[in-house]
Amino acid sequence: MASSTSTVRASGRLRAAGRLRSRSWWLVLPAVVALCVFFVYPVGRIVGDSFFSGGFGLDHYAQLFDDGVTMRVLVRTILVSLAVATATLLLAYPYAYLMTIVSPRVRALLIIVVLLPFWTSLMARGFAWVLLMQDNGPIDRLLGLQLMGTVWAVIIAMTQVLLAFMVLPLYSSMQSIDRRLLSAAESLGATRRSAFRRVYLPLSVPGIVAGFSLVFILSVGFYVIPALLGSSQESVVAQLIQERTSALLDFPGAGALGTLLLVVTLGLLLLVRLVARRFGAPSIAPGGDR
Amino acid sequence: MIPRRISPLRIVVVLVALILLVPTLMVIPMSFTSGSTFEFPPKGFSLRWYESFFSDPTWRDALLNSLWIGVLVMVIATVLGTASAYGLSRSRWRGRGVVRGLHMAPQIVPNIVVAVAIYAVFLRWGLTGTTLGFVLAHVCLAMPFVLVSVTASLDGLDRRLEHAAASLGANPWQAFFRVTLPAIRPGVLSGAVFAFATSFDEVVVSLFLRSPELQTLPVQMFDAVTVEIDPTIAAASSLIVIVTTIAIVIPVLMRRPEKSNPEGTR
Repeated sequence: MASSTSTVRASGRLRAAGRLRSRSWWLVLPAVVALCVFFVYPVGRIVGDSFFSGGFGLDHYAQLFDDGVTMRVLVRTILVSLAVATATLLLAYPYAYLMTIVSPRVRALLIIVVLLPFWTSLMARGFAWVLLMQDNGPIDRLLGLQLMGTVWAVIIAMTQVLLAFMVLPLYSSMQSIDRRLLSAAESLGATRRSAFRRVYLPLSVPGIVAGFSLVFILSVGFYVIPALLGSSQESVVAQLIQERTSALLDFPGAGALGTLLLVVTLGLLLLVRLVARRFGAPSIAPGGDR
Repeated sequence: MIPRRISPLRIVVVLVALILLVPTLMVIPMSFTSGSTFEFPPKGFSLRWYESFFSDPTWRDALLNSLWIGVLVMVIATVLGTASAYGLSRSRWRGRGVVRGLHMAPQIVPNIVVAVAIYAVFLRWGLTGTTLGFVLAHVCLAMPFVLVSVTASLDGLDRRLEHAAASLGANPWQAFFRVTLPAIRPGVLSGAVFAFATSFDEVVVSLFLRSPELQTLPVQMFDAVTVEIDPTIAAASSLIVIVTTIAIVIPVLMRRPEKSNPEGTR
């Protein structure tokens, strides 16, 4: 899903083509205006209001830190999101890996299997999990697990719903790995396992970073699945924000919560990127022995 | 290179495939229940919930609203997103990175934050509970998909085609509509489908923007689980699952012979 940066092609530059190129910048204007008015302004405004409503101050934040609930919910949300991102990574990695080594026909089948739930309505999938996990439902009766209303229900359902968002970036990064590097490592005396661990795994780090970040972002702000399968006793931040907005009409408070969520998201993105740079691709540079 | 037929890897992959597919299929047997609860496995057999889906005005209006809003979003997001993708990939100026980032931002800001932010502002502007409000919000959410998909097509396009058109005397518009657009059509079409699906499936922003008079299908489905316990949602879900399956499986099957490079634009 990552946008690929266009490569500058040093092909023959005709003057007419140059004219075509320099004139087309205004084409971005309609979209930019729409995004600024209907997206950037609202988000900026709600962040601003959380600081400035009733004079500048951190009152709305102080209140969040003091009430004893919010911080617990925030920590729970982060843990749930990390669990979902990790679970999707563990399930998606072998799946994406197999996609790169099977015949085109099997690959087409595997792609269909990923795309089907990806395109199917979120509400339909959430509803299916309600059926499975409800009290006296199949999972309760067959396995004796009363999951409904717990974080476990939320984690399991979110993992399934977001799995495709992990498979697709992983697959697209694995696809570009030259498998001859594995043979080369093995011919130089590496066992199959260490060739995978020392060569293939580091090369797939960009896909892991992309998938992990994407799934984490989606999990942290996920409202629908927690609302359907969770409960107010074990709520996540999205539920708190919804409650403050709809029930209490407390926009500055909701904005403060939202800003916290945004900061957590951006913080994690940065962290993942730093960790990836530390342990990622550079470590397999020739002679780079760790 | 090709693993043995039954390897641990293949077993894991089959399990993952089952996890992806099976849970959702539960909605299909549920939709034929004759009871009026979500009791599962369902009791008896009837088509009453399908009848309810098409005859109950609440459900029918929700479906029609979703289709109409989805089409409007598809058209607007595709036109704006394609123009943007073209403008970004066919010109070099400072700030392109910022503009690209701006387009992707709706996917980076947590969904619930986007929803509350838009709700707060649209409430002041009187856009809640209006078709225009839904469309504007959904366009922002759908645009990243169009941009990514069209940009990928533009990157795969041989620039010399446009240069040739220009050198043969085509003005920029002619060059775009007669040469570029036909060549990037797959990217534009998949962007359009993404845009429609994004709008048709959108729940959270819609939950805030809804009014008693105007709501969309996902919102009505949300109510059917959380407020009403209305098995009509099982019929709605089954229809969506079946239509989606047909829409995805048929093109992939038809494309099979020539499709060997996944991002081939031609």
